[in-house]
Amino acid sequence: MMQKGALNVQKIREDFPILKRKLSGDKPLVYLDNAATTQKPLAVINAIHDYYMNYNSNIHRAVHQLAEEATLEFEKTREKVAKFINAKKTEEIIFTRNATEAINLVAYSWGRANVKKDDRIVITEIEHHSNIVPWQILTSEKRAKLEYVGTDDNGYLKLQEYTNYLESSKKVKLVSVSHMSNVLGTIVPVNDIIKMSHEKGIPVVIDGAQSVPHMHVDVQKMDCDFMAFSAHKMLGPTGVGILYVKEEILEKMPPFIGGGDMIKEVHKYETRYNDLPYKFEGGTPNIADVIGFAAAIDYLNDIGMDKVRDHEVELTGYALDKITGVKGVTVYGPHNTKDRGGVISFNIGDIHPHDLATIMNDHGVAIRSGHHCAQVLMERLDVAATSRASFYIYNTKEEVDVFINALEEARRLFKI
Amino acid sequence: MSDDIYREIILDHYRNPRNKGKLVESDVSIHDSNPLCGDEIDIHLKVDGNNIKDIKFEGRGCAISQASASMLTEMIMGKPLTSVKDLTKEDILENIGLLNLGPARIKCALLSLKVLKLGMVKYYADRDPDSAKKLQSDSTGM
Repeated sequence: MMQKGALNVQKIREDFPILKRKLSGDKPLVYLDNAATTQKPLAVINAIHDYYMNYNSNIHRAVHQLAEEATLEFEKTREKVAKFINAKKTEEIIFTRNATEAINLVAYSWGRANVKKDDRIVITEIEHHSNIVPWQILTSEKRAKLEYVGTDDNGYLKLQEYTNYLESSKKVKLVSVSHMSNVLGTIVPVNDIIKMSHEKGIPVVIDGAQSVPHMHVDVQKMDCDFMAFSAHKMLGPTGVGILYVKEEILEKMPPFIGGGDMIKEVHKYETRYNDLPYKFEGGTPNIADVIGFAAAIDYLNDIGMDKVRDHEVELTGYALDKITGVKGVTVYGPHNTKDRGGVISFNIGDIHPHDLATIMNDHGVAIRSGHHCAQVLMERLDVAATSRASFYIYNTKEEVDVFINALEEARRLFKI
Repeated sequence: MSDDIYREIILDHYRNPRNKGKLVESDVSIHDSNPLCGDEIDIHLKVDGNNIKDIKFEGRGCAISQASASMLTEMIMGKPLTSVKDLTKEDILENIGLLNLGPARIKCALLSLKVLKLGMVKYYADRDPDSAKKLQSDSTGM
Protein backbone atom coordinates (compact mmCIF):
# COMPACT_ATOMS: atom_id res chain seq x y z
CA MET A 1 0.00 0.00 0.00
CA MET A 2 2.15 2.86 -1.20
CA GLN A 3 1.28 6.22 0.19
CA LYS A 4 1.34 9.07 -2.22
CA GLY A 5 4.83 10.54 -2.23
CA ALA A 6 6.26 7.77 -0.07
CA LEU A 7 9.41 5.85 -0.94
CA ASN A 8 9.15 2.98 -3.36
CA VAL A 9 11.07 0.70 -1.03
CA GLN A 10 10.72 -2.41 -3.16
CA LYS A 11 12.31 -0.61 -6.08
CA ILE A 12 15.05 0.78 -3.84
CA ARG A 13 15.81 -2.70 -2.49
CA GLU A 14 16.56 -3.93 -5.99
CA ASP A 15 19.46 -1.48 -6.16
CA PHE A 16 21.21 -3.11 -3.18
CA PRO A 17 22.69 -6.49 -4.20
CA ILE A 18 23.54 -7.46 -0.60
CA LEU A 19 19.87 -7.44 0.40
CA LYS A 20 19.46 -10.67 -1.56
CA ARG A 21 21.79 -12.42 0.88
CA LYS A 22 20.70 -15.02 3.38
CA LEU A 23 22.06 -15.41 6.92
CA SER A 24 22.20 -18.49 9.13
CA GLY A 25 21.51 -20.74 6.19
CA ASP A 26 18.21 -19.72 4.64
CA LYS A 27 17.06 -16.59 6.48
CA PRO A 28 16.77 -13.47 4.30
CA LEU A 29 19.04 -10.73 5.63
CA VAL A 30 17.21 -8.11 7.70
CA TYR A 31 19.84 -5.43 8.02
CA LEU A 32 19.14 -3.20 11.02
CA ASP A 33 22.66 -1.96 11.78
CA ASN A 34 22.51 1.17 9.65
CA ALA A 35 23.75 3.51 12.36
CA ALA A 36 27.05 1.60 12.19
CA THR A 37 27.25 1.59 8.40
CA THR A 38 24.73 1.42 5.58
CA GLN A 39 24.69 -0.91 2.61
CA LYS A 40 25.83 0.34 -0.81
CA PRO A 41 23.72 0.62 -3.94
CA LEU A 42 25.03 -0.82 -7.19
CA ALA A 43 25.64 2.71 -8.50
CA VAL A 44 28.27 3.29 -5.81
CA ILE A 45 29.91 -0.08 -6.32
CA ASN A 46 29.97 0.53 -10.10
CA ALA A 47 31.48 4.00 -9.73
CA ILE A 48 34.43 2.59 -7.77
CA HIS A 49 34.77 -0.28 -10.22
CA ASP A 50 34.69 2.12 -13.16
CA TYR A 51 37.44 4.29 -11.66
CA TYR A 52 39.81 1.36 -11.18
CA MET A 53 38.91 -0.19 -14.54
CA ASN A 54 39.12 2.94 -16.64
CA TYR A 55 40.82 6.00 -15.20
CA ASN A 56 42.81 5.05 -12.08
CA SER A 57 45.41 7.74 -11.53
CA ASN A 58 46.74 10.03 -8.85
CA ILE A 59 45.11 13.45 -8.76
CA HIS A 60 46.02 17.15 -8.75
CA ARG A 61 49.47 16.65 -10.30
CA ALA A 62 50.08 14.75 -13.53
CA VAL A 63 48.95 16.25 -16.81
CA HIS A 64 48.00 13.05 -18.60
CA GLN A 65 44.39 12.37 -19.44
CA LEU A 66 43.83 9.78 -16.71
CA ALA A 67 44.91 12.24 -14.03
CA GLU A 68 42.67 14.90 -15.52
CA GLU A 69 39.66 12.61 -15.48
CA ALA A 70 40.34 11.38 -11.96
CA THR A 71 40.88 14.93 -10.65
CA LEU A 72 37.69 16.09 -12.30
CA GLU A 73 35.58 13.30 -10.78
CA PHE A 74 37.22 13.71 -7.37
CA GLU A 75 36.48 17.45 -7.33
CA LYS A 76 32.96 16.85 -8.62
CA THR A 77 32.29 14.96 -5.39
CA ARG A 78 33.46 17.96 -3.40
CA GLU A 79 30.97 20.15 -5.25
CA LYS A 80 28.18 17.64 -4.66
CA VAL A 81 28.99 17.44 -0.94
CA ALA A 82 29.02 21.23 -0.67
CA LYS A 83 25.62 21.43 -2.35
CA PHE A 84 24.22 18.55 -0.31
CA ILE A 85 24.78 20.38 3.00
CA ASN A 86 24.45 23.83 1.39
CA ALA A 87 27.99 25.03 2.15
CA LYS A 88 28.70 28.49 0.72
CA LYS A 89 31.87 27.33 -1.05
CA THR A 90 33.42 24.06 -2.14
CA GLU A 91 36.66 25.21 -0.46
CA GLU A 92 34.92 24.64 2.86
CA ILE A 93 34.77 20.86 2.28
CA ILE A 94 37.75 18.77 3.42
CA PHE A 95 38.00 15.04 2.79
CA THR A 96 39.31 12.89 5.65
CA ARG A 97 39.28 9.16 6.33
CA ASN A 98 36.15 9.28 8.48
CA ALA A 99 34.14 11.53 10.81
CA THR A 100 36.54 10.66 13.63
CA GLU A 101 39.50 12.03 11.68
CA ALA A 102 37.44 15.11 10.80
CA ILE A 103 36.87 15.90 14.49
CA ASN A 104 40.52 15.16 15.23
CA LEU A 105 41.48 17.63 12.51
CA VAL A 106 39.56 20.34 14.37
CA ALA A 107 41.16 19.36 17.69
CA TYR A 108 44.72 19.15 16.35
CA SER A 109 44.61 22.17 14.07
CA TRP A 110 42.11 24.70 15.44
CA GLY A 111 42.30 23.35 18.99
CA ARG A 112 46.07 23.45 19.37
CA ALA A 113 46.20 26.98 17.98
CA ASN A 114 43.37 28.39 20.09
CA VAL A 115 42.86 26.47 23.32
CA LYS A 116 44.93 27.57 26.28
CA LYS A 117 45.43 26.61 29.93
CA ASP A 118 42.20 26.72 31.97
CA ASP A 119 40.00 27.20 28.87
CA ARG A 120 36.97 24.98 28.74
CA ILE A 121 35.57 22.79 26.00
CA VAL A 122 31.93 21.81 26.44
CA ILE A 123 30.63 18.50 25.05
CA THR A 124 27.72 16.28 26.19
CA GLU A 125 27.01 12.91 27.75
CA ILE A 126 25.50 11.57 24.54
CA GLU A 127 28.68 11.87 22.49
CA HIS A 128 30.29 9.07 20.51
CA HIS A 129 33.88 8.35 21.59
CA SER A 130 35.01 10.21 18.46
CA ASN A 131 33.62 13.42 19.96
CA ILE A 132 35.10 12.77 23.41
CA VAL A 133 38.61 11.35 23.09
CA PRO A 134 40.07 14.07 20.76
CA TRP A 135 38.96 16.67 23.31
CA GLN A 136 40.41 14.67 26.19
CA ILE A 137 43.74 14.57 24.37
CA LEU A 138 43.62 18.30 23.60
CA THR A 139 42.52 19.45 27.06
CA SER A 140 45.09 17.28 28.79
CA GLU A 141 47.85 18.59 26.50
CA LYS A 142 46.78 22.20 27.05
CA ARG A 143 45.81 21.75 30.69
CA ALA A 144 42.37 22.97 29.72
CA LYS A 145 39.12 21.53 31.04
CA LEU A 146 36.53 19.26 29.46
CA GLU A 147 32.94 19.80 30.61
CA TYR A 148 29.82 17.74 29.98
CA VAL A 149 26.23 18.81 29.46
CA GLY A 150 24.08 16.07 30.95
CA THR A 151 20.97 14.29 29.70
CA ASP A 152 17.68 13.67 31.44
CA ASP A 153 16.19 10.18 31.82
CA ASN A 154 14.45 10.41 28.44
CA GLY A 155 17.65 11.18 26.57
CA TYR A 156 17.11 14.93 26.12
CA LEU A 157 20.05 17.25 26.78
CA LYS A 158 19.75 19.50 29.81
CA LEU A 159 19.97 22.74 27.84
CA GLN A 160 20.04 24.83 31.01
CA GLU A 161 23.54 23.49 31.64
CA TYR A 162 24.74 25.20 28.46
CA THR A 163 23.54 28.49 29.86
CA ASN A 164 25.38 27.75 33.11
CA TYR A 165 28.63 27.05 31.29
CA LEU A 166 28.29 29.93 28.83
CA GLU A 167 27.34 32.48 31.51
CA SER A 168 30.16 31.37 33.82
CA SER A 169 33.21 33.59 34.10
CA LYS A 170 35.50 30.75 33.08
CA LYS A 171 36.23 30.95 29.39
CA VAL A 172 34.49 28.42 27.16
CA LYS A 173 36.54 28.14 23.96
CA LEU A 174 34.54 25.59 22.02
CA VAL A 175 31.26 23.72 22.07
CA SER A 176 31.07 20.34 20.33
CA VAL A 177 27.86 18.38 20.12
CA SER A 178 26.28 15.54 18.22
CA HIS A 179 23.29 16.45 16.03
CA MET A 180 21.76 13.02 16.59
CA SER A 181 22.67 10.46 19.23
CA ASN A 182 23.92 7.19 17.74
CA VAL A 183 22.48 5.35 20.73
CA LEU A 184 19.25 7.09 21.70
CA GLY A 185 18.44 8.65 18.36
CA THR A 186 17.78 11.95 20.13
CA ILE A 187 17.75 14.86 17.70
CA VAL A 188 19.57 17.66 19.48
CA PRO A 189 18.29 21.26 19.10
CA VAL A 190 21.61 22.34 17.62
CA ASN A 191 20.20 25.60 16.21
CA ASP A 192 19.50 26.85 19.74
CA ILE A 193 22.87 25.66 21.04
CA ILE A 194 24.69 27.37 18.17
CA LYS A 195 22.76 30.60 18.67
CA MET A 196 23.48 30.62 22.41
CA SER A 197 27.17 29.91 21.84
CA HIS A 198 27.56 32.50 19.08
CA GLU A 199 26.06 35.17 21.34
CA LYS A 200 29.16 34.58 23.48
CA GLY A 201 31.44 34.39 20.44
CA ILE A 202 32.07 30.66 20.89
CA PRO A 203 32.39 28.44 17.79
CA VAL A 204 30.48 25.16 17.58
CA VAL A 205 31.45 21.77 16.14
CA ILE A 206 28.53 19.60 15.02
CA ASP A 207 29.00 15.84 14.80
CA GLY A 208 26.65 15.14 11.92
CA ALA A 209 27.58 11.47 11.47
CA GLN A 210 24.05 10.33 12.36
CA SER A 211 22.03 13.30 11.09
CA VAL A 212 23.39 14.14 7.63
CA PRO A 213 22.54 10.64 6.28
CA HIS A 214 18.98 10.75 7.57
CA MET A 215 17.59 14.26 7.26
CA HIS A 216 17.97 17.51 5.38
CA VAL A 217 20.91 19.42 6.88
CA ASP A 218 21.79 22.98 5.87
CA VAL A 219 25.05 24.24 7.40
CA GLN A 220 24.38 27.86 6.50
CA LYS A 221 20.93 27.86 8.05
CA MET A 222 22.26 26.01 11.08
CA ASP A 223 25.25 28.39 11.15
CA CYS A 224 27.61 25.78 12.65
CA ASP A 225 31.33 26.54 12.41
CA PHE A 226 32.47 22.96 11.89
CA MET A 227 30.59 19.83 10.87
CA ALA A 228 31.92 16.29 10.63
CA PHE A 229 30.22 13.33 8.95
CA SER A 230 30.98 10.09 7.19
CA ALA A 231 30.25 8.77 3.68
CA HIS A 232 29.79 5.15 4.71
CA LYS A 233 26.79 5.92 6.89
CA MET A 234 24.95 7.38 3.87
CA LEU A 235 25.30 4.69 1.17
CA GLY A 236 28.88 5.70 0.37
CA PRO A 237 32.11 3.72 0.73
CA THR A 238 34.15 3.41 3.92
CA GLY A 239 37.31 5.49 4.17
CA VAL A 240 35.76 8.86 3.37
CA GLY A 241 34.97 11.43 6.03
CA ILE A 242 33.95 15.02 5.51
CA LEU A 243 34.82 18.07 7.50
CA TYR A 244 32.97 21.29 6.77
CA VAL A 245 34.56 24.46 8.14
CA LYS A 246 33.41 28.05 7.62
CA GLU A 247 35.88 29.68 5.27
CA GLU A 248 36.85 32.54 7.58
CA ILE A 249 37.81 30.02 10.27
CA LEU A 250 39.52 27.65 7.87
CA GLU A 251 41.70 30.46 6.52
CA LYS A 252 43.27 30.94 9.93
CA MET A 253 43.78 27.29 10.77
CA PRO A 254 47.29 25.79 10.73
CA PRO A 255 47.70 22.59 8.67
CA PHE A 256 46.89 19.17 10.10
CA ILE A 257 48.92 16.52 8.27
CA GLY A 258 52.11 17.61 6.56
CA GLY A 259 53.25 16.09 3.27
CA GLY A 260 52.45 15.93 -0.42
CA ASP A 261 49.48 17.72 -1.99
CA MET A 262 49.04 20.14 0.93
CA ILE A 263 51.94 22.36 -0.18
CA LYS A 264 52.73 25.01 -2.77
CA GLU A 265 56.49 25.17 -2.33
CA VAL A 266 58.78 23.21 -0.05
CA HIS A 267 62.26 24.49 0.75
CA LYS A 268 64.83 23.06 3.13
CA TYR A 269 63.48 24.77 6.23
CA GLU A 270 60.17 26.26 5.24
CA THR A 271 57.05 25.50 3.30
CA ARG A 272 54.32 27.53 1.67
CA TYR A 273 51.07 25.71 2.14
CA ASN A 274 48.54 25.03 -0.56
CA ASP A 275 45.23 26.86 -0.99
CA LEU A 276 42.05 25.76 0.74
CA PRO A 277 40.96 23.05 1.07
CA TYR A 278 44.07 21.19 -0.16
CA LYS A 279 46.16 22.58 2.69
CA PHE A 280 44.28 20.13 4.93
CA GLU A 281 44.52 17.09 2.68
CA GLY A 282 48.12 15.87 2.98
CA GLY A 283 49.08 12.78 0.98
CA THR A 284 47.20 10.88 -1.72
CA PRO A 285 43.56 10.83 -0.68
CA ASN A 286 41.09 7.96 -0.97
CA ILE A 287 40.36 8.80 -4.61
CA ALA A 288 38.24 5.78 -5.58
CA ASP A 289 35.97 6.00 -2.58
CA VAL A 290 35.54 9.76 -2.78
CA ILE A 291 34.43 9.25 -6.39
CA GLY A 292 32.12 6.44 -5.25
CA PHE A 293 30.62 8.80 -2.68
CA ALA A 294 29.34 11.08 -5.45
CA ALA A 295 27.10 8.25 -6.65
CA ALA A 296 25.72 7.89 -3.11
CA ILE A 297 24.87 11.59 -2.95
CA ASP A 298 23.18 11.39 -6.35
CA TYR A 299 21.16 8.44 -5.11
CA LEU A 300 19.99 10.26 -1.98
CA ASN A 301 19.22 13.43 -3.96
CA ASP A 302 17.08 11.42 -6.37
CA ILE A 303 15.00 10.19 -3.44
CA GLY A 304 15.02 13.49 -1.54
CA MET A 305 16.17 13.82 2.06
CA ASP A 306 12.73 14.83 3.31
CA LYS A 307 11.34 11.54 2.02
CA VAL A 308 14.21 9.67 3.64
CA ARG A 309 13.31 11.27 6.96
CA ASP A 310 9.55 10.64 6.51
CA HIS A 311 10.17 6.97 5.76
CA GLU A 312 12.30 6.57 8.87
CA VAL A 313 9.83 8.41 11.09
CA GLU A 314 7.07 6.08 9.95
CA LEU A 315 9.18 2.94 10.36
CA THR A 316 10.49 4.03 13.76
CA GLY A 317 6.98 4.82 14.97
CA TYR A 318 5.81 1.40 13.81
CA ALA A 319 8.77 -0.34 15.49
CA LEU A 320 8.40 1.62 18.74
CA ASP A 321 4.71 0.63 18.94
CA LYS A 322 5.56 -3.02 18.43
CA ILE A 323 8.63 -3.23 20.66
CA THR A 324 7.02 -1.57 23.66
CA GLY A 325 4.41 -4.36 23.48
CA VAL A 326 7.05 -7.05 24.04
CA LYS A 327 7.19 -8.20 27.66
CA GLY A 328 10.32 -7.16 29.55
CA VAL A 329 11.54 -4.56 27.03
CA THR A 330 13.05 -1.23 28.09
CA VAL A 331 13.49 1.34 25.31
CA TYR A 332 16.00 4.15 25.85
CA GLY A 333 15.68 7.68 24.50
CA PRO A 334 12.74 9.88 23.45
CA HIS A 335 9.51 8.04 22.65
CA ASN A 336 8.30 10.83 20.39
CA THR A 337 9.36 10.06 16.79
CA LYS A 338 9.53 13.79 16.05
CA ASP A 339 12.52 14.09 18.39
CA ARG A 340 14.40 10.99 17.33
CA GLY A 341 16.04 9.42 14.33
CA GLY A 342 15.60 5.87 13.13
CA VAL A 343 17.56 4.37 15.99
CA ILE A 344 16.08 2.24 18.77
CA SER A 345 18.24 1.18 21.71
CA PHE A 346 16.72 -1.28 24.13
CA ASN A 347 17.20 -4.11 26.56
CA ILE A 348 14.96 -7.06 27.34
CA GLY A 349 14.91 -8.64 30.80
CA ASP A 350 18.33 -9.90 31.82
CA ILE A 351 19.31 -10.98 28.30
CA HIS A 352 22.70 -9.51 27.54
CA PRO A 353 22.72 -7.66 24.18
CA HIS A 354 25.35 -10.01 22.79
CA ASP A 355 23.20 -13.02 23.56
CA LEU A 356 20.26 -11.25 21.95
CA ALA A 357 22.30 -10.42 18.85
CA THR A 358 23.28 -14.09 18.54
CA ILE A 359 19.62 -15.15 18.69
CA MET A 360 18.65 -12.39 16.22
CA ASN A 361 21.32 -13.62 13.82
CA ASP A 362 19.63 -17.02 13.74
CA HIS A 363 16.63 -15.22 12.29
CA GLY A 364 18.74 -13.35 9.74
CA VAL A 365 18.43 -10.11 11.69
CA ALA A 366 21.61 -8.01 11.98
CA ILE A 367 21.46 -5.65 14.95
CA ARG A 368 24.21 -4.00 16.94
CA SER A 369 24.90 -4.84 20.55
CA GLY A 370 27.34 -3.35 23.00
CA HIS A 371 28.27 0.12 24.19
CA HIS A 372 28.08 1.69 20.69
CA CYS A 373 31.29 3.67 21.30
CA ALA A 374 29.38 5.72 23.85
CA GLN A 375 30.54 4.44 27.22
CA VAL A 376 29.96 7.80 28.92
CA LEU A 377 26.28 7.56 27.96
CA MET A 378 26.13 3.91 29.04
CA GLU A 379 27.34 4.96 32.48
CA ARG A 380 24.69 7.67 32.54
CA LEU A 381 21.98 5.14 31.63
CA ASP A 382 23.54 2.75 34.16
CA VAL A 383 23.66 -0.12 31.68
CA ALA A 384 26.68 -2.12 30.52
CA ALA A 385 25.34 -2.39 27.00
CA THR A 386 22.22 -2.10 24.89
CA SER A 387 20.89 -3.68 21.73
CA ARG A 388 20.27 -1.30 18.87
CA ALA A 389 18.15 -1.54 15.75
CA SER A 390 18.62 1.25 13.22
CA PHE A 391 16.82 1.82 9.94
CA TYR A 392 17.43 3.21 6.49
CA ILE A 393 15.68 3.70 3.18
CA TYR A 394 15.55 0.01 2.26
CA ASN A 395 13.99 -1.26 5.48
CA THR A 396 10.34 -2.32 5.57
CA LYS A 397 7.58 -2.89 8.11
CA GLU A 398 7.76 -6.60 7.24
CA GLU A 399 11.39 -6.55 8.38
CA VAL A 400 10.36 -4.90 11.62
CA ASP A 401 7.92 -7.78 12.10
CA VAL A 402 10.72 -10.34 11.59
CA PHE A 403 12.79 -8.43 14.15
CA ILE A 404 9.92 -8.41 16.67
CA ASN A 405 9.29 -12.13 16.15
CA ALA A 406 12.98 -12.83 16.80
CA LEU A 407 12.74 -10.73 19.95
CA GLU A 408 9.75 -12.78 21.13
CA GLU A 409 11.73 -15.94 20.40
CA ALA A 410 14.62 -14.67 22.55
CA ARG A 411 12.17 -13.89 25.33
CA ARG A 412 10.84 -17.45 25.19
CA LEU A 413 14.34 -18.95 25.13
CA PHE A 414 15.37 -16.97 28.22
CA LYS A 415 11.98 -17.58 29.89
CA ILE A 416 11.26 -13.92 30.52
CA MET B 1 21.67 -22.36 16.66
CA SER B 2 20.55 -20.43 19.72
CA ASP B 3 18.50 -23.33 21.09
CA ASP B 4 21.73 -25.29 21.49
CA ILE B 5 23.57 -22.42 23.11
CA TYR B 6 21.05 -21.13 25.61
CA ARG B 7 20.26 -24.44 27.28
CA GLU B 8 18.93 -24.76 30.82
CA ILE B 9 22.40 -25.27 32.33
CA ILE B 10 23.86 -22.12 30.74
CA LEU B 11 20.92 -20.00 31.87
CA ASP B 12 21.15 -21.54 35.34
CA HIS B 13 24.84 -20.64 35.73
CA TYR B 14 24.17 -17.18 34.24
CA ARG B 15 21.38 -16.43 36.71
CA ASN B 16 22.77 -18.36 39.70
CA PRO B 17 26.53 -18.15 39.30
CA ARG B 18 28.58 -20.44 41.54
CA ASN B 19 31.59 -19.15 43.48
CA LYS B 20 30.83 -15.54 42.70
CA GLY B 21 32.37 -12.84 44.87
CA LYS B 22 35.68 -11.93 46.44
CA LEU B 23 38.08 -13.95 48.59
CA VAL B 24 39.08 -12.61 51.97
CA GLU B 25 42.65 -13.66 51.43
CA SER B 26 43.68 -14.38 47.87
CA ASP B 27 47.11 -15.21 46.54
CA VAL B 28 46.31 -13.86 43.11
CA SER B 29 43.64 -11.53 41.73
CA ILE B 30 43.43 -10.71 38.07
CA HIS B 31 41.06 -8.79 35.80
CA ASP B 32 40.50 -8.71 32.07
CA SER B 33 37.78 -7.68 29.65
CA ASN B 34 36.67 -8.42 26.16
CA PRO B 35 36.67 -5.13 24.25
CA LEU B 36 34.28 -6.48 21.63
CA CYS B 37 31.51 -7.25 24.09
CA GLY B 38 32.59 -5.37 27.17
CA ASP B 39 32.43 -8.63 29.14
CA GLU B 40 34.47 -8.37 32.33
CA ILE B 41 35.87 -11.10 34.59
CA ASP B 42 37.92 -10.93 37.78
CA ILE B 43 39.33 -14.14 39.22
CA HIS B 44 40.60 -14.53 42.78
CA LEU B 45 42.70 -17.57 43.68
CA LYS B 46 43.85 -19.08 46.95
CA VAL B 47 46.56 -21.65 46.51
CA ASP B 48 47.42 -24.27 49.10
CA GLY B 49 50.64 -26.12 48.36
CA ASN B 50 50.04 -27.44 44.87
CA ASN B 51 46.26 -27.22 44.87
CA ILE B 52 43.67 -24.54 44.22
CA LYS B 53 42.23 -24.21 47.67
CA ASP B 54 39.59 -21.66 46.75
CA ILE B 55 38.48 -19.69 43.73
CA LYS B 56 35.94 -16.93 43.26
CA PHE B 57 35.03 -14.78 40.30
CA GLU B 58 33.36 -11.45 39.74
CA GLY B 59 32.09 -10.23 36.42
CA ARG B 60 29.43 -8.86 34.20
CA GLY B 61 28.57 -9.60 30.63
CA CYS B 62 26.72 -12.03 28.42
CA ALA B 63 25.32 -15.39 29.47
CA ILE B 64 28.11 -17.29 27.73
CA SER B 65 30.96 -15.44 29.44
CA GLN B 66 29.41 -15.52 32.89
CA ALA B 67 28.18 -19.12 32.74
CA SER B 68 31.55 -20.21 31.41
CA ALA B 69 33.31 -18.50 34.33
CA SER B 70 30.93 -20.04 36.85
CA MET B 71 31.42 -23.52 35.39
CA LEU B 72 35.18 -23.04 35.28
CA THR B 73 35.34 -22.33 39.01
CA GLU B 74 33.45 -25.56 39.73
CA MET B 75 35.70 -27.47 37.38
CA ILE B 76 38.99 -26.49 39.00
CA MET B 77 38.09 -26.07 42.67
CA GLY B 78 40.54 -28.15 44.71
CA LYS B 79 42.41 -29.37 41.65
CA PRO B 80 46.23 -29.49 41.45
CA LEU B 81 47.82 -26.49 39.76
CA THR B 82 49.74 -28.76 37.42
CA SER B 83 46.54 -29.96 35.77
CA VAL B 84 44.85 -26.53 35.78
CA LYS B 85 47.88 -24.99 34.13
CA ASP B 86 47.47 -27.22 31.07
CA LEU B 87 43.77 -26.57 30.51
CA THR B 88 43.03 -25.96 26.83
CA LYS B 89 40.35 -24.05 24.97
CA GLU B 90 38.81 -27.38 24.01
CA ASP B 91 38.57 -28.41 27.68
CA ILE B 92 36.57 -25.28 28.42
CA LEU B 93 34.27 -25.54 25.43
CA GLU B 94 33.62 -29.17 26.30
CA ASN B 95 33.00 -28.25 29.92
CA ILE B 96 30.26 -25.81 28.95
CA GLY B 97 29.01 -27.98 26.12
CA LEU B 98 29.41 -25.34 23.42
CA LEU B 99 31.56 -26.78 20.67
CA ASN B 100 30.16 -24.83 17.73
CA LEU B 101 30.51 -21.19 18.74
CA GLY B 102 31.42 -18.68 16.04
CA PRO B 103 34.65 -16.67 16.18
CA ALA B 104 33.02 -13.68 17.90
CA ARG B 105 31.21 -15.58 20.63
CA ILE B 106 34.05 -18.04 21.33
CA LYS B 107 35.93 -15.13 22.93
CA CYS B 108 33.09 -14.78 25.43
CA ALA B 109 33.35 -18.45 26.35
CA LEU B 110 37.13 -18.32 26.75
CA LEU B 111 37.46 -15.04 28.65
CA SER B 112 37.48 -16.74 32.06
CA LEU B 113 40.15 -19.20 30.96
CA LYS B 114 42.23 -16.29 29.69
CA VAL B 115 41.89 -14.51 33.02
CA LEU B 116 42.75 -17.72 34.89
CA LYS B 117 45.88 -18.18 32.78
CA LEU B 118 46.91 -14.56 33.35
CA GLY B 119 46.37 -15.09 37.07
CA MET B 120 48.64 -18.12 37.00
CA VAL B 121 51.24 -16.13 35.05
CA LYS B 122 51.27 -13.78 38.02
CA TYR B 123 51.43 -16.68 40.46
CA TYR B 124 54.28 -18.42 38.66
CA ALA B 125 56.22 -15.25 37.77
CA ASP B 126 58.77 -15.74 40.57
CA ARG B 127 58.13 -19.38 41.47
CA ASP B 128 58.50 -20.93 38.02
CA PRO B 129 59.35 -18.45 35.24
CA ASP B 130 59.21 -21.14 32.52
CA SER B 131 55.62 -22.04 33.36
CA ALA B 132 54.76 -18.35 33.56
CA LYS B 133 56.15 -17.85 30.09
CA LYS B 134 54.20 -20.75 28.65
CA LEU B 135 50.96 -19.61 30.30
CA GLN B 136 51.50 -16.11 28.97
CA SER B 137 51.85 -17.36 25.43
CA ASP B 138 48.81 -19.67 25.89
CA SER B 139 46.70 -16.70 26.94
CA THR B 140 47.50 -14.53 23.96
CA GLY B 141 45.10 -14.93 21.12
CA MET B 142 42.35 -16.22 23.40
